[in-house]
Amino acid sequence: MNKVSEVQDAVKEAKRIRVRGGGSKPALSQRRCADDTQLLDLAGLQGIVDYQPEEYTFTARAGTTVAEVAAMLEGKGQYLPFDPPLADRGATLGGTVAAGLSGSGRYRYGGIRDFLIGIRFVDGRGQEIRGGGAVVKNAAGFDFPKLFVGSLGRLGALTELTFKVFPRPPAFATVEAEFEALSDLLTGLDAVTGSAIDLHAVDFAPAEAGWRLWVRIGGLAPALAERAGALQEIISGGAGRTGLLRLYRDQEEERLWQEARTMAWLAEGMGLARVPLTPGRIPAAEDLFARAQPASRRYSVGGNLLWIGWPESGGLGETDGKPDAPRTLHGLLLELGLRGVQLIGQGPRNDGLSEGGEGPLLGGPVQNAFLRRISAALDPEGKFGAW
Amino acid sequence: MSVHPLMQALARMYGADRLLTRPAQLMAYESDALTAFQQRPAAVVIPQDREEVIETIRLCHEHETPFVARGSGTSLSGGSLPIADGIVIALNRLDRILRLDAAERIAVVEPGVINLKVSEAAKPHGLYYAPDPSSQSICTIGGNVAFNSGGAHCLKYGMTSNHVLGMTVALPDGEVATLGGESLEGVGPDLPGFFVGSEGLFGVALEITLRLLPIPETYRTVLAAYDSLHAAGDAVTAVVASGLLPGAIEIMDALAIKAAEVGAKAGYPKAPALLIVELEGEAGAVEAEFAQLMQLIEETAPLEVRMAQTADERARIWKGRKAAFSAVGRLAPDYIVQDGVVPRSRLGDALAEIDRLSASYGIEVANVFHAGDGNLHPLILFDGREEGALERAEELAGEILELCVDLGGSITGEHGVGMEKRAYLPKMYGPVEMQAMEDVRHSVDSLSLANRGKMLPAGEAESLTHVGPHPLEKAGVIFRE
Ligand SMILES: Cc1cc2nc3c(=O)[nH]c(=O)nc-3n(C[C@H](O)[C@H](O)[C@H](O)COP(=O)(O)OP(=O)(O)OC[C@H]3O[C@@H](n4cnc5c(N)ncnc54)[C@H](O)[C@@H]3O)c2cc1C
Ligand SMILES: Cc1cc2nc3c(=O)[nH]c(=O)nc-3n(C[C@H](O)[C@H](O)[C@H](O)COP(=O)(O)OP(=O)(O)OC[C@H]3O[C@@H](n4cnc5c(N)ncnc54)[C@H](O)[C@@H]3O)c2cc1C
Repeated sequence: MNKVSEVQDAVKEAKRIRVRGGGSKPALSQRRCADDTQLLDLAGLQGIVDYQPEEYTFTARAGTTVAEVAAMLEGKGQYLPFDPPLADRGATLGGTVAAGLSGSGRYRYGGIRDFLIGIRFVDGRGQEIRGGGAVVKNAAGFDFPKLFVGSLGRLGALTELTFKVFPRPPAFATVEAEFEALSDLLTGLDAVTGSAIDLHAVDFAPAEAGWRLWVRIGGLAPALAERAGALQEIISGGAGRTGLLRLYRDQEEERLWQEARTMAWLAEGMGLARVPLTPGRIPAAEDLFARAQPASRRYSVGGNLLWIGWPESGGLGETDGKPDAPRTLHGLLLELGLRGVQLIGQGPRNDGLSEGGEGPLLGGPVQNAFLRRISAALDPEGKFGAW
Repeated sequence: MSVHPLMQALARMYGADRLLTRPAQLMAYESDALTAFQQRPAAVVIPQDREEVIETIRLCHEHETPFVARGSGTSLSGGSLPIADGIVIALNRLDRILRLDAAERIAVVEPGVINLKVSEAAKPHGLYYAPDPSSQSICTIGGNVAFNSGGAHCLKYGMTSNHVLGMTVALPDGEVATLGGESLEGVGPDLPGFFVGSEGLFGVALEITLRLLPIPETYRTVLAAYDSLHAAGDAVTAVVASGLLPGAIEIMDALAIKAAEVGAKAGYPKAPALLIVELEGEAGAVEAEFAQLMQLIEETAPLEVRMAQTADERARIWKGRKAAFSAVGRLAPDYIVQDGVVPRSRLGDALAEIDRLSASYGIEVANVFHAGDGNLHPLILFDGREEGALERAEELAGEILELCVDLGGSITGEHGVGMEKRAYLPKMYGPVEMQAMEDVRHSVDSLSLANRGKMLPAGEAESLTHVGPHPLEKAGVIFRE
């Protein structure tokens, strides 16, 4: 579909709709669906509508790829500071908003919710509605752009998006540190994130032995070496807390975070889920994961986000002798009182979470009186799979 | 005492000191900081905990009586104006900081907590709450949430919305919902984001989880004088284009400078325009940025440049700027403030047009604004005792709002639509958008009880009586930006 009017007609005629951007999060967009479901493929709704470098804003159709936008911005020394992930797999802007995905850079200036300033969407009646605006500051009317962040295609089909962007810092540096124990890492994490140093990204992951932490700073090149020195001092603060410290600069450094954006740590054919949490919840989570023989994982956004991956077969424990990683993860998250969204890989079998017994929400459905009322207004017939 | 069954029910819940019904008691609640509008409610209740708030809302719903949540009543758009025969729920006693978790960098607060109190409580941990409306010493977090309030330092880290992680709210029929959580990230639609800025139409925030940030290590503030507003605007363009990301970029025009001089003895250079740029962050980074900034400013041919290296010098530069609003009160008996937004590159056009309008109306307009994000704050001066002066000032204000919309901007950047600008919302959004907002509102609040008559155009306009600064502003306790 490459015209808004086509989307509107399709919505008017359909009984149920599943929206797909490009399918980079197939657990969301390519789930099995009922026979009467019409698939709305919005990947064709492409192109930059307007880019005003001096305003630090751009407007693009929802099917425009993150990669295209990133290249356009780079030409003007600008960027989307929240590091939208999976661009290499063809992620679209619409899919990234609907899946509510922000990457490591979210730590510094905020997530996709903070940079999306305007939207157009087709609601359950087939009307195209505009929300927000084109200026960076706007307090007029309900904030529909925020509502659609994380909406998983279940409130309407996004057709056009307006983002604010930021100037890209001229240089970056990253300090990598190794810790033997999780508790040491968390102490180091607290010291770093509580310091006055302006951090662009703070990620960590289990390493061969112990844990590895990456802390990214950015700014004018001349000051960077000294700042990185101060950062190293803070990280290694509690004597003997860390093992190896390493400083990355230039291309090597860039590659480190490019790999974070593409989830290079996620091997071919692995499933992927995203779990928001807070640093304080990590010890309990790790206790459980240790028992469940976890697949690979990476904590991001200073311990506010966990990406978890598992092999499509095996890993994360087994159910009835058959491997069912999402189901196991669902159980673990329930136990922890956390929620997640599965992005890639087969959904849990027969978890009863959504129609067809297959759903991307892990750790329990989102049940919310406020959301139910909003959903009923925008999509009265529940075509998009009402919340 | 009224025999209305709702009144009887409220009287059973609240002692006489917390259920106000006598005209003399109600007077203090008849307006907010937009004193042009006044309305007497049926009663004001002063709950002490969230259960009382929920029960009050439930009762209002049962008796189909509209209600307005009220923080400190500093709304500049008539947002906390009472509804005739409705109930005002005054939240000032829900003023507890329930949890301040320095390790998780969050504060969980009740809605009546004063904005500045959060930063004060966080300070011993080296943390602060970033949004800084200039009314921050008095306005509440509940009011900030309802209006998505901002401040001079929201350029880099955003408005209230960017700092609210979660909320417990009472929907307009008393059903309680939890939105968001404690993490920076969430699952499912961003409900805290949708609630923030909804101007009280979605119910009452009972508990709010705020993100705290480490206090910036240092500030560097530059004041530059220019021979025209246009030149100051060009300097902003140059700073923004350079890729620097200052914490604040502010401009004042000649009339505002004069006011600051009269009101606060700011000691500013006498010039047609002043620019304030402030860098904030860790020392090493700010030093490097400061050198670049100074070079940029020199290239824009300013008349004079001053810079602050110490906290004292910084305070001196901000003093005049922060006092400019209240000081304008010394130049004229009354004024209206607008807060429309234009694209940054259209600032020059907008200011020229405001200048032209000012001349053609014969009404003085002082300009103080958040130049970094295109957020204008024209202060329209008039004398309310003159026949028709208020109406003409309002007409001019309306033209400025339309100008902002025509330039591709917004009618409000931080003060909200409230009662004042509701006729202009349909100029920004089409009929389909207005209907969508009505639909959502109706679905959330089928009886339109929560802050009925605000934001969405409906019903009769309230009668205008008098315009003037907030009493506390007159007393010099709070300042407007
Ligand atoms: C391993 C892999 C390899 C691939 N290789 C290629 C390749 O070589 N060439 C190629 O062309 N493609 C390839 N793809 C597919 C390509 O990546 C898709 O174009 C891309 O996935 C875009 O989807 P998305 O990320 O935008 O969101 P999706 O995965 O499509 O959707 C994510 C969520 O957002 C919702 N959503 C999406 N768009 C909207 C919208 N506009 N409004 C409302 N909700 C919306 C969906 O309903 C869903 O809930 C590959 C994908 C994968 C996983
Ligand atoms: C001198 C002065 C300077 C100012 N400077 C700024 C500034 O720099 N930036 C800025 O953005 N604003 C500014 N303002 C405007 C005002 O201070 C803000 O809008 C502030 O957020 C209002 O807070 P309040 O507690 O006074 O709320 P009130 O005025 O009492 O209420 C405002 C709105 O919030 C609703 N509300 C209150 N509590 C709740 C709750 N718990 N749940 C749901 N809704 C609720 C009310 O119904 C009303 O609609 C200024 C005002 C003055 C008088």
